[in-house]
Formats: sequence, C-alpha cells, structure tokens
Amino acid sequence: MDKIVRSPDSDDPVEVNLRNPMLAGILAWLIPGAGHLYQRRYAKGILFMVCILSTFIFGMALGGGKVVYASFRQPDVRYPYIAQFFVGAPALPALIQRQRVIGSRPPKKPLWNGFMAPPTQPIRESEDDELADWHRQLKSRFELGTLYTMVAGLLNILVIYDACAGPAFTTVVEEERKKKSWQDILWR
Amino acid sequence: MSSLAATIAMFSTIWFGRMSYSVPLIIVISLVYAATRHEHMIPILQHARRFGTWIIAFMAVVFVILAFISIWL
Repeated sequence: MDKIVRSPDSDDPVEVNLRNPMLAGILAWLIPGAGHLYQRRYAKGILFMVCILSTFIFGMALGGGKVVYASFRQPDVRYPYIAQFFVGAPALPALIQRQRVIGSRPPKKPLWNGFMAPPTQPIRESEDDELADWHRQLKSRFELGTLYTMVAGLLNILVIYDACAGPAFTTVVEEERKKKSWQDILWR
Repeated sequence: MSSLAATIAMFSTIWFGRMSYSVPLIIVISLVYAATRHEHMIPILQHARRFGTWIIAFMAVVFVILAFISIWL
C-alpha cells in the first residue's frame, strides 16, 4: 500500500506519495535519485542524481580514480570509504577489488586496471610504499578527491531518508520561530 | 614594493585556486539539503540560496578566526 505524507503547513499544502518507501530507499542508495524517480518525484530525482553523481565523479577524477578504495587492514584503515559507501553502486567496485587484493589467498590481481583497488602491497609506515606514491603523484588532489567523494556519500544519506520518509518539511511558523530564537541569541 | 605585490599576487592566486574547489561543494550541499526540506523547485532554490549564504558566512568567520590565530602564533 502506498504511503502518503503531507506538509504541516496549511498555507502551502503539499502531498507526497512515497509508494513503497523501503523499495524507494534501497533504490535511492543504489543509484542516487533513483528512489525519487520510482516515486515519480522526477524533478527532485534528477536534481539528486545530477548533484551527487557529478560530485562523486568529479572527486574520482580529481583523485585519479584512486581515492575510493576499501581497506580495513592496519595501518591503512580507509575510514572515508564508510561515507563513500552510501553513494551505492558507483562505490561498490571497491568491495570487489578489496576481496580480490586483500581478502583472497593468494592475493589476486585487481580488475579494471586497478580502478578502485586498494594498494596491492602492505602499507609500511616507515618505508616508501604504493600509498605514499599516490600521495606524491596527486598531491592535494588526493585529499580533495577523498573529500568530494565522501560528501557525495554523506549527501546521499539525506536523499535515502527523503525517499523513505518524505521531506523534513519546515513550515512558515517553524522558520519564524527559528529566526526569532537566533535574534534572541544574537541580541540578548 | 614590486616584490611585495608579487608575493601578494602569488598568495592570492594560490588562495583563490584552492578556494575555488569549495564552490561546487557549497552549491551541491545547499541544493541537496534544501531539496530534503521541500517538495517544489521554487522553495528548494530559495532555501538553497539562504543556506549557501550561511555556509559562506560561516566559512568567512572561521577564516577570520584562523587568520588572527596565525598572526599571533
């Protein structure tokens, strides 16, 4: 049965049909914006798809395709991948590459010319290694690419929530209250 | 004098070059955040403009604080 949410704002009534929210949430995780397209919320679906995928792709391009990889072995625990994972299907090749390079015995060669593959050699903090080489080649673009791809993943969490539960409507009354509370803080 | 101007020009080029990476992020974050608060495009764009202005103001305040700290250190 379809789930319908309504804006609490009586001046601007909005009704949103979420259809099957669970399916929409899964689709929204898999491909950013796809959940909204399934719910026939086309404008928002396209907006989310363009914004999140372009941020992710731009980050990948900045980082030379090396900034999204999954590695959870010491000392190279790749925490940014937790955020990147929420972009969905575009970040999943990293898990396949991780399984091949780190998870299998003996280690297999990475697929797709090393795209989203973790460093093949173990990281040694005291020596020059593959990760250090990536940083040397890409300089600040490694961190910027990581940041962009992380932001894309974190934004998609908001999109998944929106697909599952509808917009977190802010009413005119709430906005007035927030404005007043800020004025109280600033001028008291 | 010319070396001072050259130094300022160099630092401003580096600063604006680095800061230009924040512009797409501010736009995307503002749009996506605003779109999770509204359903129609006009309120989304209005909210995104307000939210983007807030981000820039917040970044400017942090920049000024860090600039003062760096002068004292």
